[in-house]
Amino acid sequence: MDRIEEIRSRVALHEYGIDNVHTTDFPGNYAGYDDSWSQEKFEKNFRIDVKKLDGDELEFDMIGIDAAIANAFRRILLVEVPTMAIEKVFMYNNTSIIQDEVLAHRLGLIPIRADPRLFEYRAEGDMEGTAEDTIEFQLKVKCSRNKEAKEATAPDEMYKDHKVTTKYLKWVPVGNQSEIFTEGDIKPVHDDILIAKLRPGQEMDITMHCVKGIGKDHAKFSPVATASYRLLPEIILTEPIEGERAERLQTLFSPGVIQLENRKGKKRAKVVHARRDMCSREVFRHDDLKECVKLNRVRDHFIFSVESTGILPPDVLVCEAAKVLMAKTKAFLTELQDVEIGGRKDA
Amino acid sequence: MESIEEIMRMDKEKLSASVKTIEEKWKLLPAFLKVKGLVKQHIDSFNYFINVEIKKIMKANEKITSDADPNFYLKYLNIYVGMPDVEEGFNVTKPISPHECRLRDMTYSAPITVDIEYTRGNQRIIRNNLPIGRMPIMLRSSNCVLSGKSPAEMAKLNECPMDPGGYFITRGTEKVILIQEQLSKNRMIVDRDSKGVIECSVTSSTHERKSKTYVTIKHTKYYLKHNIFSENIPVAIAFKAMGIECDQEIVQMIGSEEEVMTSIAPCLEECHRAQVFTQTQALKWIGSKIRQRNQWPSGTKCKIDEARDVLHSVILAHVPVEEWNFKLKAVYLALMIRRVILTQGDKVNVDDRDYYGNKRLELAGQLLSLLFEDLFKKFNSELKKIADQTIPKPRAAQFDILKHMRQDQITNGLIIAISSGNWTIKRFKMERAGVTQVLSRLSYISAIGMMTRVTSQFEKTRKVSGPRSLQPSQWGLLCPSDTPEGEACGLVKNLALMTHITTDMNESPLVRLAFNLGVEDIELLSGEELTSKYVYMVFLNGNILGVIRDYKRLVRTFRMMRRAGYISEFVSIFPNHGHRCVYIASDGGRVCRPYIIVKNGEPLVTTRHIEELTQGFRSFEDFLKEGLVEYLDVNEENDCMVSLYESQINQDTTHLEIEPFTILGVCAGLIPYPHHNQSPRNTYQCAMGKQAMGTIAYNQRNRIDTLMYLLTYPQAPLVKSKVIELINFDKLPAGQNATVAVMSYSGYDIEDALVINKASLDRGFGRCLVYRKHAVTMKRYTNQTFDKVMGPLIDSTTNKPTWKHQLLDVDGICMPGEKVENRQVLVNKHMPTISTPVAGTATQTPAQVNYRETPLTYRGAMPGYVEKVLITSNPDEAFLIKILMRQTRRPEIGDKFSSRHGQKGVCGLIIPQEDMPFTDLGICPDIIMNPHGFPSRMTVGKLIELLGGKAGVLEGKFHYGTAFGGDKVADLSQVLVDHGFNYLGKDYVTSGITGEPLEAYIYFGPVYYQKLKHMVLDKMHARAKGPRAVLTRQPTEGRSRDGGLRLGEMERDCLIGYGASMLLLERLMISSDSFEVDVCSNCGLLGYSGWCQFCKSSKNVSTLKMPYACKLLFQELQSMNIVPRLSLQKYNEV
Repeated sequence: MDRIEEIRSRVALHEYGIDNVHTTDFPGNYAGYDDSWSQEKFEKNFRIDVKKLDGDELEFDMIGIDAAIANAFRRILLVEVPTMAIEKVFMYNNTSIIQDEVLAHRLGLIPIRADPRLFEYRAEGDMEGTAEDTIEFQLKVKCSRNKEAKEATAPDEMYKDHKVTTKYLKWVPVGNQSEIFTEGDIKPVHDDILIAKLRPGQEMDITMHCVKGIGKDHAKFSPVATASYRLLPEIILTEPIEGERAERLQTLFSPGVIQLENRKGKKRAKVVHARRDMCSREVFRHDDLKECVKLNRVRDHFIFSVESTGILPPDVLVCEAAKVLMAKTKAFLTELQDVEIGGRKDA
Repeated sequence: MESIEEIMRMDKEKLSASVKTIEEKWKLLPAFLKVKGLVKQHIDSFNYFINVEIKKIMKANEKITSDADPNFYLKYLNIYVGMPDVEEGFNVTKPISPHECRLRDMTYSAPITVDIEYTRGNQRIIRNNLPIGRMPIMLRSSNCVLSGKSPAEMAKLNECPMDPGGYFITRGTEKVILIQEQLSKNRMIVDRDSKGVIECSVTSSTHERKSKTYVTIKHTKYYLKHNIFSENIPVAIAFKAMGIECDQEIVQMIGSEEEVMTSIAPCLEECHRAQVFTQTQALKWIGSKIRQRNQWPSGTKCKIDEARDVLHSVILAHVPVEEWNFKLKAVYLALMIRRVILTQGDKVNVDDRDYYGNKRLELAGQLLSLLFEDLFKKFNSELKKIADQTIPKPRAAQFDILKHMRQDQITNGLIIAISSGNWTIKRFKMERAGVTQVLSRLSYISAIGMMTRVTSQFEKTRKVSGPRSLQPSQWGLLCPSDTPEGEACGLVKNLALMTHITTDMNESPLVRLAFNLGVEDIELLSGEELTSKYVYMVFLNGNILGVIRDYKRLVRTFRMMRRAGYISEFVSIFPNHGHRCVYIASDGGRVCRPYIIVKNGEPLVTTRHIEELTQGFRSFEDFLKEGLVEYLDVNEENDCMVSLYESQINQDTTHLEIEPFTILGVCAGLIPYPHHNQSPRNTYQCAMGKQAMGTIAYNQRNRIDTLMYLLTYPQAPLVKSKVIELINFDKLPAGQNATVAVMSYSGYDIEDALVINKASLDRGFGRCLVYRKHAVTMKRYTNQTFDKVMGPLIDSTTNKPTWKHQLLDVDGICMPGEKVENRQVLVNKHMPTISTPVAGTATQTPAQVNYRETPLTYRGAMPGYVEKVLITSNPDEAFLIKILMRQTRRPEIGDKFSSRHGQKGVCGLIIPQEDMPFTDLGICPDIIMNPHGFPSRMTVGKLIELLGGKAGVLEGKFHYGTAFGGDKVADLSQVLVDHGFNYLGKDYVTSGITGEPLEAYIYFGPVYYQKLKHMVLDKMHARAKGPRAVLTRQPTEGRSRDGGLRLGEMERDCLIGYGASMLLLERLMISSDSFEVDVCSNCGLLGYSGWCQFCKSSKNVSTLKMPYACKLLFQELQSMNIVPRLSLQKYNEV
């Protein structure tokens, strides 16, 4: 790869810093390169490979796109894909040790399994809510002493209902919701999240309203535990590394990155799975090896990892994010059309 | 000699082999803390007072007689302090718990009872268990209900098992009697005075009296100086007055070296010139120099007797004089002179006042015993006065002294002293303020930090560096880091972890032992033998005991006896070769700490012992009893060779340090890797750790404190230290582990500001609860009226309570759980308009009582919630309503945070999560900290804490950052590498805004952050218009009064310099206290309504504006007979 090509397409990891971090392939920036944007070129280069879809986790590669767009996906996933979360808490009774505000805060952070696409945003100032925009939950627990276990010393045996978990949250259908949803449709994602601990005599009587919201407003509406990406690592051995050095080199990368192959009775290092490397840059601590290794990352190869909270499957989240992005671009285009440039309206 | 032989016999290999390290010998520390505890010194001292000392005080003042009746007497037979209780009306008492006292504003005290024998008429009567007063009881002392209770029992009493105790509860507030540091009593100190003249001084202190005696030099002659004398007494005369009439004897006592003799000769000459040759002459001479006191008429005594009395009980009061035999005192005085002479001749150096061996720490027990003795004496003298007055009067009933014993004098005396902190002891003329302080319950650390605090008697304003600087002799006893900044710097100190403070001990066994070991009694010796160069003088607690020839044997045997447990482990003995003296000390207030004994280059404690300790077969006391470990005080440390580590032991080593980190105190013990930090940073952290929010105690939710800050989600630090575990900071933490990225971001992070992740705040980072107490009492008045609480006011139209009374229940007190806004009423209290009895209708209830509203209202910019309401009664039978208000706060811009390395900073910006940089794993930081905080602060410990935290998170375990130890950086880094992270802890990070990688690797990992109590919500203040002061009509001052922001002198100077005169006028007058006055241009005086009262005309009166304060000044001047006149001119006709 020639020097210019490397600057254009690779981020270089050095011992004390990172080079070529910025996108530079703007049209006209490099002589002899046609960097003008064209749909065909983009369609030819752009690729999405789903590497892993496993429950709430999704890993996919997004190749052939600028960091700004990839980042937009990440940002939208984090804070702009809507979900349902508890927003209003009505405390009728709370004699537990947990303060009302703290309890409300804890309840708010519980992920609620309900498809946000089936709901509307609640109008500002609306305290009541309708079937279209509100899910209601009820929590009514009273802790009591377990009469059977007199000798017990463990709290689990001594008391009944002393651990208030999400399993106690009961969905209360609003309006015609019971016709649309069945019992299992709407409930907390996990039923073992500890909300509070009670002791005999303490009780809670709470109703809650879940509304639709986005993560920008509060982190509880974020549909993902985290969504992020990294660039594909690239490890280049600039000269053959053999014998003891090869074995040592193997230990300096994450397992499986470097393989030793036998060549004329000598072990020689070969990069097999650069993708697995965690980029710990351990090799730079070995003076004899750091000159023979070049660590790069591919600038337009994003390894996305989306970890859903469980409300929606991660693949759906990515699609939703794409829809949000499309809606935003559309909104932007319509805005552009209305804009007056230089005092006169552009047709 | 024998040691050399031993060495010869020893195997050479054995000699060269290094001493094996004792595995985990630090485990002695928890064992020590188990028996001694962090506040054991307070509790020990108080226990000693209420169990031993109080009986001694009673013995010393046991008999009251009357001048009126020689047959009358009252004799105390015994005295006891009982268990704390409370009187619930008519002699019914019930035991009380400390927490009830806190809640009900009561004093946690126990009755002091006495057994007495007295005469009533001709009868002799014995009465037992007669109460004479109440003693406030120190928590966890032997008489406290908490002593010996298990954690479960404590929980039943609403008490936190982690709470150290050692404080008092008076009228519901927790009070600590701080440890007081002072120069030790009854010891000679040779020093230079302000003019550079060498003098030897002794502060004598006995039960009766405290006095200071000096020996000074004036014109090459030596004088005895004391406040009671109007002029200095030549020493030779003093000797003669003490019965040493022969000049030769005097010289021999002081010393018969050539140098000493030549120095002393002029003194003898002076004595001869004064024509004083005999004891009588000398006493007469001295008697004429005694300063007369007004209240003490000397007419009853002749001068000679008076002088003898003074010599007996005022001069060097601590040296005993039996049967008017002044020998001991003369020897003592001679030694003082000798010290001065030797110091003059540069044979001995002057003593160092700041040397910690010359200091004694006074604890609660000692201070209380001084106070109690004073009160007890006053109580007795009052009884005597009553007896003197009433016995001669003829009466029907027989005089019964019992009826005149009032309890409240002792009770109030003790309670007032503890709650106000003013310690007034008449007989010592002692008046000290600020002895007690309110126990700071801001955090758990601040509470224990306060229990180990030591204050000095030095004036804070004096600009001397000596008492403030860190003395090498404080090593291991006082924390080198924990001291406040500013005026109290170095004067307020903190005890180190292993420090113990001794209590007084019986001297007589020590005297007997010393004589048995060959000490020759001073009484039997002439002067010559005392100063002989073959002997060492032996002192016991500042008094001369005798002389010894083989002092080494004495010291050795004494120590042997101590190790064997024949004498107390806190007795110290050490030779001072400069003084040629052996000092034995058994007095209270010495600081000491335990060391492992090393014999023949081998520490006596072995790994086997430690194993037994961990298995529970051994306690710390066993180590002491078996002579493996002993306590050394500062002075004895000087005679020992202590090695820090086993590897440093050589043939001269006598002791081995138990653990190096014990030189630090509690607050400094929380800092991870303090030995990598610049020292002032540790000092800063010691101050800030006390302001950190978190958990304060297990009973925190049962407490009703005036102000309490709690964290909603406190976390134990990822990087611990052994001290953290020992003091249970991991169970009562104050802070959270925040993921920190050390990088610059946005420019809102300059000057130590922090950038905080909004999503972290959404999820509960730094969220805190602020509790505040509001209280009202329902009083009864002398005219049978009393305060009332009324139900809410009902609005007649809506039939609902008015907005102000919205949260009141039917009983007129707010309901728990309700939200309270500014100016809403918490308790609707009403007070009678007339509360003092009207003359005439004194006893009758007024038919119609008018009430006036005096409600308790809530004031605060932010609404709060009612947490709980307590309705109870205080000891004055008044109703007490306490309301606990709660606020939950989420961090905002301007809130203060700090790591554990003195790196404080405010929140400068809160940014959304998507804008935060993220690592390959998708981790984004909670806090972004600017790297400029590091180079100048040099807090390397924080960098290592981050590494330790990161490694701990990856491994799922806690790492240690214990001082002078802790996990090694190389090991931590290796953990990082093993988990695929960079060796240096720097991560590859992508910008959340651009989506491109950052050009630098970012130091990234968890650091323990504390949220400090300073929050903008409590401080923010602005005003456009608002209240004005009544007198000057200028805007009020201060946030609490919604005051204005002052445009001060310097700001004014700027405006003058700039020439903005109209702005000045606007700021200083128009917007402040502009006032229109009528001035008569004829006389220049102020008029009114266009009329000049002075000229009786309205001809020349003109109206002008001036500041009201200016007008006020003119009028005040007029009231002082100064006439300010204004001369007026039209501004356009200059």
